[in-house]
Amino acid sequence: MIVASHLNKRYPGGFDALQDVSFEISAGQMVLITGHSGAGKTTLVKLIASLERPTSGSLVVNGQNLAALRRNAIPYVRRHFGMVFQDQKLLFDRSALDNVMLPLQIVGLSRREALRRAQAALDKVGLLSRERANPIALSGGEQQRLAIARAVVNRPSILVADEPTGNLDQASAIQILDLFADFHRVGVTVVVATHDQSWVDRYHPNLLCLDHGRLL
Amino acid sequence: MIRWLAQHRAALGLALRRLVLAPFNTLLSLLVIGIALTLPAFGYLLLDNLRALGQNASGVQEVSVFMALDAGSRDVAEIEKRLQQASTVNWRFVPKDAALQRLRQRDGMAEIVASLPRNPLPDAFVLSPDNTDPAALEVLRHELAGWPKVAHVQLDSAWVKRFDAFLKLGKLALSMLAVVFAGGLVAVTFNTIRLQVMAQAAEIELARMIGATDGFIRRPFYYYGALQGMLGGLLATALVFAGLHLLADPVAQLAALYGGDFVLRSPQAVEVLALLTAGGVLGWLGAQLSVSLSLRKFG
Repeated sequence: MIVASHLNKRYPGGFDALQDVSFEISAGQMVLITGHSGAGKTTLVKLIASLERPTSGSLVVNGQNLAALRRNAIPYVRRHFGMVFQDQKLLFDRSALDNVMLPLQIVGLSRREALRRAQAALDKVGLLSRERANPIALSGGEQQRLAIARAVVNRPSILVADEPTGNLDQASAIQILDLFADFHRVGVTVVVATHDQSWVDRYHPNLLCLDHGRLL
Repeated sequence: MIRWLAQHRAALGLALRRLVLAPFNTLLSLLVIGIALTLPAFGYLLLDNLRALGQNASGVQEVSVFMALDAGSRDVAEIEKRLQQASTVNWRFVPKDAALQRLRQRDGMAEIVASLPRNPLPDAFVLSPDNTDPAALEVLRHELAGWPKVAHVQLDSAWVKRFDAFLKLGKLALSMLAVVFAGGLVAVTFNTIRLQVMAQAAEIELARMIGATDGFIRRPFYYYGALQGMLGGLLATALVFAGLHLLADPVAQLAALYGGDFVLRSPQAVEVLALLTAGGVLGWLGAQLSVSLSLRKFG
């Protein structure tokens, strides 16, 4: 469960990215954060994934107030999230399989177990046959699916994505949408920041609409 | 515990891979580190060899105790008894008759000795103390001089003091050199790691975002620094052995000219281990400093 209460985020220089934002997301929900460019979608996603700290207010995720976390506790909290970035953030000096294994190495799984789980995740997104490929050799859609495999390989309870279909053609975007829907169906909480209307049309998710940093 | 070990094994593997994947850079860094460690290590061995040479040089560390001319066998026995009680001193007795005999055997001395009305030489003891520190020798000389029927105690203390001062100066210069080169080693590792952190920026940023701890990110760099330092130490060991091998024959020839059979001592296992450890620790220190500074920009 995610509960935000009077959340504010002000960046250095005085720009208020979020102002007095409050909401609740129940476990297992699929929620879209929508709004025009600069509305604060990415900031909200970063706050939920504990990549940034709120300036004020509270943000409680699975019973932990992220605003009050000690610095050395943050990495362990981040492991509860699967994070999909718009620019994927894939590592091009290693294979697709090694990219997916990275989160498992971070939590200290044995190589054998990490390999088994990474291959299962690649299979889930339809990329097992490309496990040895360098990400640079994959198409845009495949790269995004690879990023999703890396996000879910640790079996997170919350999947957070920032414009995951922003750079994709429609066919690839639909594949990605369906993947998120699959994870939602098995009980994963899915939070996606997007201005892609096809998400709404296809899955009728709960919506958080932002405008100039305020929730509508 | 198993996860902790798995993470360390993975970090070590990653560090080794980084060393192997950039062979030219690795080789250059190892050469710099190896040479930086070779100079103080070689200097240390040379000084130690010199110290041994000084200790083994005939008469240098010996103390001669000359009895009074009127000392009898009872007086000699008393001195022998006291020397036997002092377990830290090796000694031999040179009777005055034996001394005269040896004097007689020297070229041109037979006639002079024959012309003497009586034996002018005293009984004597030649001592080789275990502790050859000049201050300790001076204390010993003072003590011996106070023993009964001891007429004179001879110690070439000036030579010993000069030699000791020379060794101390050498050690000081060597220590300063070692500190300078240790700083160089740390700087080389610092820069290597800094460049690596820059090259791995994308991976570090991503790892942080998906839950990597500081330890997870830092560990491979620490291993890299320590491994590089240890390999540099290994190279330094090889260079020291090579240097000693090259010097062995000329030194033996020089020693033979002085009628000796001096052989340069090679590093012992514990000294090699110390060199590798020093390299490893300094490499780790360089990595520590570099990672701490370089990772600040990742927040």
